[in-house]
Amino acid sequence: MISDTAIWSMIAGLGIATYAIRFSFLGLLAGREVPESVRRGLAFVPAAVLPALIAPMVVGGQSGADPERLAACAAALVAGLLTRNVLAGILAGIAGYALALVVSGQI
Amino acid sequence: MAQDARIIGRRGFRSGLLAAIPVLLAVGPFGLIFGAVATEAGLDLAQTMAMTSLVIAGASQLAALQVLSDGAPAIVAVLTGAVVNLRMAMYSASLALHWSDAPVWTRALAALTLHDQSYALSIARYERRPDEPLADRIGFYLGVGLLTSGVWVAMTLVGIRLGAALPEAIDLGVIVPVTFIAIAAPMLRGRRSALVAAVAASVSLLAVGLPFGLGLMLGAAAGLAAGFAADRPAPKTGPAVLPCDGSGEAVCAGERAR
Repeated sequence: MISDTAIWSMIAGLGIATYAIRFSFLGLLAGREVPESVRRGLAFVPAAVLPALIAPMVVGGQSGADPERLAACAAALVAGLLTRNVLAGILAGIAGYALALVVSGQI
Repeated sequence: MAQDARIIGRRGFRSGLLAAIPVLLAVGPFGLIFGAVATEAGLDLAQTMAMTSLVIAGASQLAALQVLSDGAPAIVAVLTGAVVNLRMAMYSASLALHWSDAPVWTRALAALTLHDQSYALSIARYERRPDEPLADRIGFYLGVGLLTSGVWVAMTLVGIRLGAALPEAIDLGVIVPVTFIAIAAPMLRGRRSALVAAVAASVSLLAVGLPFGLGLMLGAAAGLAAGFAADRPAPKTGPAVLPCDGSGEAVCAGERAR
């Protein structure tokens, strides 16, 4: 269980940080051009952060690597790459998980 | 420039509301998932709703929550979520070019609801109609932002109820990596982003035992370094690269359609 203090600190901190990012160029830095190098760097950020966050969840996680989880993740990845559609990826992942549960006889 | 007595143009606002309807399909389910996952992670109603209304950025909310659940201190969770949201600085800069004559309070208001959809739909409209009056430009953006954010918050509430009602046997834990993969996969366009992703994932796996979310930070930093190393100036292809987070589906769809 996460402590209430940690949760509220996280909520307040992320709320303020996100607002600051959003208001940055609209408000305080109004009218300034973003340098091309910064723009390219910013474009990379999600492609670096999300996989770093995802990888440990897929193979380890708190519940350990189980085949159902791997099936769900593989289905989401394939559908996401093929359709380039977030919702399709999520649905495929859920379908893959359900299928794996059925195949392994858990439901 | 023609002066409009009204600061927020009604016609633009109505167009914004209408334009936002299709993307609700991407926003709604993601809000639902966040509500359910946050509840399972131990957040109460007030905490989940405060987070979803203050942040309004699904991928960063899930990321921060995951980091906190893994036992990292709140500051690491905040940093992680903020890094996921850094792309919004790019949106902010791009939007500012079209809003330079707008009163500062409208820009402060706009910042509240700046996310993938409101940016993508608005910038597409501004480029299509460069002569639209400022009031209608502001109206359109706020129409999109209000509807998408409202549905986002409402669907989080539905997700909280749903999460509480789910039987124990169903492991919502699987939904988190699945959602993140679905968000990240469409961003992997081209060899460079695939390299960035592969390096980031491998390093964070190697560093998985480190405390305080350090593995995540090391992985992300290594991925970025690889991206910069492989980066060569390339011909520009459009106004801005739009990486999508969960709510970014419409952005990708819009890019494809162009």
